[in-house]
Amino acid sequence: MDWLNAGVQGVLLGGQYALLACGLSLIFGVMRIVNLAHGVLAVLAAYLSLVLVQQGLPLWLAIVVVVPLFAALGYAVQRGLFNPALAQVGQDAAGGARGAGELAPLLVSFGVAVALTNLLQEVFSADTRKIPTGDLASAGLPLGDLSVGVLPLLTLGVAVAVIAAVQLFLARTSTGRAMRAVADDAGAAAMTGVDPKHMYAVATALAFATLGLAGVFVGMSTQFSPGYGDLVLLFAFEAVIIGGLGSLWGTLAGGMVLGLAQTIGAQIDPQSGVLAGHLVFLAVLVVRPGGLMPRSVQA
Amino acid sequence: MNVLDVSGLAVRYGDLTAVDGVSLSVAEGETLAVLGANGAGKSTLLAALAGMHLPASGTVLLDGAPVTRVPAHQRVRRGIALVPEGRRIFGSLTVEENLLMGRYPKRPGPWDLRAVYDMFPLVAEMRDRRGGVLSGGQQQAVAIGRALLANPRVLLLDEVSLGLAPTVVAQLYDAVRQITASGTTALVVEQDLDQALRVADRVQCLLGGRTVLEAPAAGLDRDTVADAYFGVSHHPPSPR
Repeated sequence: MDWLNAGVQGVLLGGQYALLACGLSLIFGVMRIVNLAHGVLAVLAAYLSLVLVQQGLPLWLAIVVVVPLFAALGYAVQRGLFNPALAQVGQDAAGGARGAGELAPLLVSFGVAVALTNLLQEVFSADTRKIPTGDLASAGLPLGDLSVGVLPLLTLGVAVAVIAAVQLFLARTSTGRAMRAVADDAGAAAMTGVDPKHMYAVATALAFATLGLAGVFVGMSTQFSPGYGDLVLLFAFEAVIIGGLGSLWGTLAGGMVLGLAQTIGAQIDPQSGVLAGHLVFLAVLVVRPGGLMPRSVQA
Repeated sequence: MNVLDVSGLAVRYGDLTAVDGVSLSVAEGETLAVLGANGAGKSTLLAALAGMHLPASGTVLLDGAPVTRVPAHQRVRRGIALVPEGRRIFGSLTVEENLLMGRYPKRPGPWDLRAVYDMFPLVAEMRDRRGGVLSGGQQQAVAIGRALLANPRVLLLDEVSLGLAPTVVAQLYDAVRQITASGTTALVVEQDLDQALRVADRVQCLLGGRTVLEAPAAGLDRDTVADAYFGVSHHPPSPR
């Protein structure tokens, strides 16, 4: 009974991790950039929606505002910070497959993460907050002898829907196709009329939009503070690695595995849930360094 | 008016001058073959024409309008399509998706998927395969199809024969011949002299980044070209 409960809660927790990791996975899949500011940006989205809700906006309207805002922020960050960093290194004459230029954006994103965390501390202090959701956070559905939280279930549903939508976009639209082409060979994509710099920015905009959404859901379910981004980044990163770098369905699976490891670990020993997650992550790295479903972004 | 007019083009990689003041022109419907040994500057010339590597000096005119410093992705939208050295097929995209990338600039013209599949029936059979699993010859056909689907004003072909078996090269040049015979303006860079002469109206030979020979392809003496290749004769070509 308790084990079954741990399993169900693990899958639900996995939904939140997958939603958080989707943007990280997409940015890595298209550009091979690891965005270290991912976690603190999710926290920023949580604070933004908190402020909007405190101003009297209904939560759904706060989401409608935050998601496009984050898409715009993603486009700007890519064009203003990541693209110049990518261009500094590795861009050979023919626009090469991909140069050695991935380290520079990683360092830039680290700088953004550190600065933004401190900025959030200045503005909001280090106190923990939570986005008020009325009854939603505590509501539960009876499922046999178990009680399943409505909010975690909603989060899981949103995670699956977001990942399916991004996959559909990549597989079926001409922009999605161009994005995969840029991921394969940016120089060759340029020869077919795709502007890689613009396409990178579109990918980051999409990733930030999912990240903004994920941040709001984190803020609804968890007590967060400016430093909470570190944990978000860690769990999202683990989900991406476990699932296989750059594979979105793999990221969903990775989130599930991580969530299950944490809740089942906590079932064994209540202190060791997070540790169990890290151990599974480490085991995957040792046994299958490419992750469970290694593939670059594709249909 | 010429489709492509290049004058005094110089391209450098650091201290190395790969193309050193080359001028050329390609008229509407014409096929120009640029010949030369390894390191003669042929591929660098094409990279500069396609906007992949910007020249140090000189001008490139497309239909009389300067495009010298226009970036690659905008140049193909204006009508310069490159079949690059090494094919550069998108490995994770299917064959059909690779071809559809050629439609990205949405240029109107005679070439659509159907026309390309008619030209390369083997490619049509493989439309659902991933680009990465194709043989070199199949990839080359896809790369040519992808460039054609941009309906270019001028088609740039870089070393179609590179690394391929002679029979495959012959088949590919059969297709290139059909393409150029149907009125497509083309600039062909090639080491394989026989194949180049099959499709070209004129040839221009490069040596050390400079033009050493310009001649009509018809009745061209192989020895003359061979001399120009290796720089044996520095005199203007004369009939022997």
